[in-house]
Parts: sequence; structure tokens; C-alpha cells
Amino acid sequence: MSDTQTAPVATITPQIVAEHGLKPDEYERILAALGREPNLVELGIFSVMWSEHCSYKSSRIHLKTLPTTGPQVICGPGENAGVVDIGPGADGKPLAAIFKMESHNHPSYIEPYQGAATGVGGILRDVFTMGARPVALMNALRFGRPDHPKMKHLVQGVVAGIGGYGNCVGVPTVGGETNFDPAYDGNILVNAMAVGIAEQDKIFYSAASGAGNSIVYVGSKTGRDGIHGATMASAEFGEDSEEKRPTVQVGDPFTEKLLIEACLELMASDAIVAIQDMGAAGLTSSSVEMASKGGVGIELNLDNVPQRETNMTAYEMMLSESQERMLMVLKPGREDFAEAIFRKWELDFAVIGHVTESGHMVLKHKGETVCDIPLGPLADDAPAYNRPYVTTPLPAPLTDVPESADLAADLTALMASPALASRSWIWQQYDHMVMADTVQIPGGDAGVVRIHGTNRGLAITTDCTPRYCFADPFEGGKQAIAECYRNLISVGARPLATTDCMNFGNPERPEIMGQFVGCIEGMGEACKALDMPIVSGNVSLYNETTGPDGIARAILPTPAIGAIGLIEDLSTMTTLAFKSAGEAIILIGGSGSDELGQSLWLDVMHGRREGAPPQVDLDAELAAGGVIAGLIANGSVSAVHDCADGGLAVAVAEMALASNIGAALDHVRNAGFWFGEGQGRYVVTAANGDAVLAAAKDANVNARIIGQTGGDAIVFGKGGAVSLSELRERNLAFFRDWMEG
Amino acid sequence: MKSAVITFPGSNCDRDLAVAIERVTGHAPIRLWHGEQTLPEGLDLIGVPGGFSYGDYLRSGAMAARSPVVGAVVEAAARGVAVLGICNGFQILTEAGLLPGALMRNAGIRFVCRTVALKVENTASRFTKLYQPGETIHIPVAHHDGNYFADDATLDRIEGDGQVAFRYADGINGSARDIAGVLNAKGNVLGMMPHPERMVEPLQGGTDGARLFEALAQSVLERA
Repeated sequence: MSDTQTAPVATITPQIVAEHGLKPDEYERILAALGREPNLVELGIFSVMWSEHCSYKSSRIHLKTLPTTGPQVICGPGENAGVVDIGPGADGKPLAAIFKMESHNHPSYIEPYQGAATGVGGILRDVFTMGARPVALMNALRFGRPDHPKMKHLVQGVVAGIGGYGNCVGVPTVGGETNFDPAYDGNILVNAMAVGIAEQDKIFYSAASGAGNSIVYVGSKTGRDGIHGATMASAEFGEDSEEKRPTVQVGDPFTEKLLIEACLELMASDAIVAIQDMGAAGLTSSSVEMASKGGVGIELNLDNVPQRETNMTAYEMMLSESQERMLMVLKPGREDFAEAIFRKWELDFAVIGHVTESGHMVLKHKGETVCDIPLGPLADDAPAYNRPYVTTPLPAPLTDVPESADLAADLTALMASPALASRSWIWQQYDHMVMADTVQIPGGDAGVVRIHGTNRGLAITTDCTPRYCFADPFEGGKQAIAECYRNLISVGARPLATTDCMNFGNPERPEIMGQFVGCIEGMGEACKALDMPIVSGNVSLYNETTGPDGIARAILPTPAIGAIGLIEDLSTMTTLAFKSAGEAIILIGGSGSDELGQSLWLDVMHGRREGAPPQVDLDAELAAGGVIAGLIANGSVSAVHDCADGGLAVAVAEMALASNIGAALDHVRNAGFWFGEGQGRYVVTAANGDAVLAAAKDANVNARIIGQTGGDAIVFGKGGAVSLSELRERNLAFFRDWMEG
Repeated sequence: MKSAVITFPGSNCDRDLAVAIERVTGHAPIRLWHGEQTLPEGLDLIGVPGGFSYGDYLRSGAMAARSPVVGAVVEAAARGVAVLGICNGFQILTEAGLLPGALMRNAGIRFVCRTVALKVENTASRFTKLYQPGETIHIPVAHHDGNYFADDATLDRIEGDGQVAFRYADGINGSARDIAGVLNAKGNVLGMMPHPERMVEPLQGGTDGARLFEALAQSVLERA
């Protein structure tokens, strides 16, 4: 084969194999699969398809254990995104929500603006590839310590990049979460989620079929950007990470907007057999996935690929990660019809090949065959490893528990800390209202967008508490799902399904693999119990950096979860803001024990990250969620918020700040009561507190009145008070002083 | 009321504007593609929507202002047809010479999206006559290039002629004299950075934007 190549023949040396991120035993598998030596194009294709990023080789066997089915699920993992039933649209036709979350961690550390922007672009394509109009974006961001010399630049760049892309394509960014922790100093996490809506009979899949059908390339031209991005994202950083900047792609949201409109216009017809976006590993992975899913072969003539630069080689074209490109298989004779749509939107359109029955991927370039690989070994038979792991030892119980000297001062300090400081500096840079269907903006428990033309809404949240996952991966995995459940319940939604973005360190280290396995097990248990199947996801490993001392530092285990829920009647939607003075403030749920292990209060006030994280009792979770859903449905509560980081006191403070109505709280002089992070708890307000207590008692769920709304301060009985104006000022100060000081 | 909403490559508030006009006035606007050379007969209102026409490349609004349909819009404006440019539409109308001044990058450099308080400065125009003199209304902004600029003589002139329609109650983007919306001398062209189409029903957080479209529909009836 290599003797027919027009490019200089490269002898595949062990060094070239290593440079492609392939282990010697993996190269042996390639030799066995081909029955000969690969040429450089073929080696490049194997290297990206077998990269961790594309093959999930370390994670596949564990991901298979997650619950992925349910009556609401139309399509689970394996396609570009997950698909769930959301009932009828404005015209009565059944609709589906199509959604996924994906990481763009490595590129965002190297070039934060473009890394984050192309992360948004990629996840949007995953959703509209399947026929959905994107209706909402979310994100989950983890940064290092704020005083790290690079961190301000990284935060500014990532936030501007997410906004720059999402704002331009005109999809609202309706929420997200942001954490700071020194464990992310060398590896920030940028996880983006997109949600789209499609008619159920207009969902498009990626399996190619029909020998002879045209394979069509649309979108932007192919350049030399992003070559080997997937391989970069599958290795840890060393001290040379700056040199990897050329592997970061450059995004063009204007082209993406045109591509969305052109694809949706074509999708309204019946011209498409299969469609797949070109994401990581570009033309290689899109064509391999389409052909292998369809059990067919594929032949491409690379001379016809629209090219941005001259003299591009087959190797460069196949490994480029240029953005805003799609590959599709058209029905016979529909090429002209499709081309007219893409020309109208001023996009490239080229027939670059056809479907075959060979079961091989064959590439032609300048009259020569430059690649001929059987598809099996590239995709379905790619390596899968059951890597050794050690279960994370359980943390020692918390002892020597301190007491709060001044509850109001502690609350103020927590609300001022980077962990809880207002994120409005971030989300005001995102257009969160475009499409005019945003009915709950960022800052609440979940973002809510109306299903266009109806009175029903989709609630969306992203959650994970990495410090819990680090202390106890199993409980942390459970908690990430349960927190999503609570946030959806809090706005009046019925939780439907989840997507996961699994961010971990080097899986070749047994303790990291143990974190991964533990989190997956916890997530699976919670997803089953709460009926929130995982329908799509992404794995990002090797998030660690070896410092000058030679020690590898991994991120905290971060299984970021995105979840959606359905609000059947938006007139019942709830928000966290207090609504009026003189209402009872009621704590619902929880076991009544004050759990300070791994709490934010212990960390921020005492610099201690100790003890076991709070346990999630999934039966209690369902019971409390059921009570809240019932109270919302019958209009008994005026505001709802779940207890999360910082515990009960912080939940009350967030409700007060959202409304500018204060709270007079009962005298309980106990740090654990106010700042413990016991799970499965909500704070609600009601004009008739006794009715709420009765409803909880009927369901055997704990509930107690803890105070009353009113005034312009948070007053802890005799335990001190803080005015809302001071609390607001301290809450806003962190980002303002950091970014503008 | 017979209206049209233009779509340029990169417009992303065209649907929102059309939906708001239909919701408030009961009449669905005609949707116009940027390549059109002529406009439908008998239009009462032309909507130039927000978004990122041509990706904001070159300068926001600069390329869209040279598209075929905008030539027809300029002619229609001269005949007295109402033209409403919102956000990127405002930028396009200044680039097309239909409105005085220019929109520069926000003074804070960053994109800003939030609901802001606006003082209604002109309550006589066909766009603003349903607002009360001195009224403060709340409408969202979402822009990167909303920093209104004109030289002092122009600013003095448009202030004196009542061409300032809206002013930010609190400066948000560095705009000269906090100007958020400007009318042409004849009062039939309005450009504004805030998005009234996002505030036309209670679920969106308020209805202050609806009165602008109501006022336009009323004006049509009065002139009929």
C-alpha cells in the first residue's frame, strides 16, 4: 500500500508509533489487523480512533453498567446525543429533547477563549446533527485557586469564549456551575451542555446505508488546525503544554449559525440517510462512525474535500479538527436539492465519496489509494481495557468538631468566599434570554426554557461536588445525581434523564481508576433509584499535570452531571426568591443529623477538609422530592430552594438575596444545624406553614419551621445578624474585585 | 398592521421579533431574506432584528447595511414607513445612515446581558406614545457593541429635537449621555439596543416591551 503513496514513504519506527500516542502492544494489534505495516495515514487514523478520547478504551466496560433505559428514553448513549420524550409540541406532534454534555478541558487550558468557544460549538453540533433546534446551553466549569498566576486569564478567556460562541449562534446559556480548587491549577475543566428540541419523527441518526449513496461534506473548509487534538486530549500535561497551542481549533460561530439553519432546512425534507458532525478527529471519526454503525464500507476521494490551505496531505485532511463541518449520506438523486440549500446559506457543499459494501475505509488522494483499513478494528474492535484499580479508602470520621462563634459572621464569610460568591459576573456575559423563551434565568436552582409555543418548560441543571467525590467516590457519585434531582424538583419539574461528563486523572494509575469506578457505581445506583437514566455522555481522562518536581497532580474526581426535567404547566413553576414578608420558612427532608464532614463551612472557616461527606439516602430523597412536588403542584409553597454547599443558612441567604426580603430565624446555636450539608433537604416558604408540615408528616418526611420571612437582614435569633445590603455587597465583591480591581 | 422582519445571515432575534409582533398585534409579520431587492407593498413596519449579521465581522452591522434589502429599507423610510432596529438592527441602521451616531464596543469591553431600567425620554413618537412622560421601564439588553457615540454637536441637536427615545437609568456600556435608543428627525425610524421583544408577557419577567408594539399598531389604525 505505502508504495502507492504520493507523499514520501515514512518508515514506521517505534518513535513514530510513540509520537502517535500508541503503546507497543497497540501497534502489534494494528499489524495483526492489517496483516501488514500501516502507512503514515493509516497509522494516524488508528491513533486517533484508538485514542482515549474516541475509543473510551479505559472507561467502556464501566460505562456499560450505567442505567440507560426507561419509558422516557428514545435513544440512549451511542449516538451523537441522548433523546428523550417530552410530549406534544404546539401543534400536538410529539417532541423529543436531545441533549449531551461534553468536555473541552485540555484545549481550554492551552487557549481559553478558543478552547471554550469550540467546546460550545462542538456540543451544539452533536445536538443539531440529530435534527434538534438547540434551545439552551449550560456549562460546568472548574478552575484552580483564584490567586494562581494564570487563573484570572483563564477565567476571563473561558467565560468570554463560551459567551462569544453561544451569543453569536443565538442559543441562550441559561445556567451552569463554577468551582475553584487548587486541584485544578494545572488542568481546568470546561464542560458544555446543549439541549435541543426535535419532532420525534424527524430525528436523524448516524448509521450510513445504501451502497453507492453519496457522502457529502458541508460547512467550513478544512485547514491544518487541530491536527491531533484528540490525541492531545488523551495525554497528561507536562511542562511543554504551551507548545500544544497549534493543536487547538479556532471556532467561527457565524458559520455554525448558518450551518444550523441550513441543516434544519434540509432536515425538513426526506433527503438525508445519515448525518454526523465532524468533532474530535474530524473527518476520520465521522466517516468511521457512520460506516461502522451502518455495517457498510466507505470510499472518499480527498481531492474533493474543500480545503482552506494549499498542498494539504491526506494525513492532514484526515486528522484536521477544523470546526463547523458535517458529513452526511444523501438519498440517491437528492444532491442538487441539498446543494441549493447550502449554497443559499453560503456554505461549502461537496460530494466527497460514496457508501460501499466493502467493510473497509478506502481513501483516494491524487489518484492513489492512500488508506485501506477494515472498519472493525477501528471502531467496534478497538482496544478496551479493564484497568486495575484500588477502591478509595473511606475517610476517617470527623472528630473535634468546632462550634461557630458568630453564625452571621460565618454566613457572611461563606457567601463572600469564591465557592459561593455571586456568579452574575459570569452569566451576565452570556445571552441568557435570546429565543425569548427563557422563563428562569441563571442564579436559580435550574434554568428553565419554555417549549416554544406551549405552556410547558424544560428545566436544566448541571451539578457535581468534587470534594465529596474525592473523599468518597461512591457517595459523591450518588450525590451528583441527587443534587440534579433536587434542583429540578425545586423549580417544579419532573426529572427525566441525565448526561454525564466524567473528568478524571490518569486511568493508568489504579487509585485514579478507583475514583472512576466508585463514582460510576454511585451514579448508577442513584440514577436507578431516582429514575434518571443516563442517555449520553463523555469521558475526559488524563486531567493531571506533572510538575517540575516530577509528581503528577490529578484533578479532583469530577463526574459533572447535566440533567433535564419537564414542567407540565409553567404557571406552577417555582423560584427560590422569597415572595413576601410574614411567611413561614420551613426546612423539609433530611435525617435531622448535622453533617459537617467535607462541608464548605469546615473548609472555608477552618481550613479543614475532613470527615465523610454526607450520605445520600435515596429512599428519603424520593420521599422528600415527592412532598415538594406535591406542595408545588397544589400551590402550597411560594418559594423553594434545595440545601447544597454551605447548608441551610446559605440556602436561606440565597433566597433572601434573590428577593431583597430578609429572614428572622429561630435561635439554634449550632454550626451543624446551619452549615451542615445533610442531603435530601429543601427550604420552602408558605403562608400556611402548618399545612406544609402536615403534608410532610403524611409522607413521613421530616419538616420544621425555622423562621419567618421579613425585614432587611438575616437574623439568627441571638446568634447575630447581617443586613442584606452587606451580604449582597460581600457576595458580589469577589468577582468584581478580582476582575476589575 | 402589515409588517415585515428581515433575516440576515447571522440574525438570531428574527424569530423572537416576529413572534412578539404577532403576539401583541395579532398580525404575523412577513419574513424577508436579506437578498430581496424590493419590499412587499403597503408595509406599515419593517423590523431589523438583533443578532450577529455576518458574524459582526468588519464592524457590527457594516456588512448587513450594504445588503440589497437595506437599500429598499432606506427608500421605505424616506416614504415614512416605520422602521424598528433592535440591537444589531440599531447598529445596521446607523451603518446605513438612517440614524445618527455609531455603536462602539462596550466601555467595560465585555458582553452584557441583563434587564436594565430605561427612562423613556420621548413619549410622542409612534413607537413610544403609550409610555408615560418620565416613566422608567425595564427591558433586557444583550450586546457587546452598545456604546453609543456621536459628536457633541450631534448629541446636542438630537437631544434638542427630541430624538433621544430611551436613556439607561444607570450607565451600563459607556454610551454618550446614557443614550439607549434614538429616533430619526422625522420620527419614523427607531434604533435601540434593549430588546423589547423579550419583554412582552409576564412569563418573560415583564410586559414593558409590549407597549412599543401596541403603540405601533395603534398608530396604523389612527392613520388609516
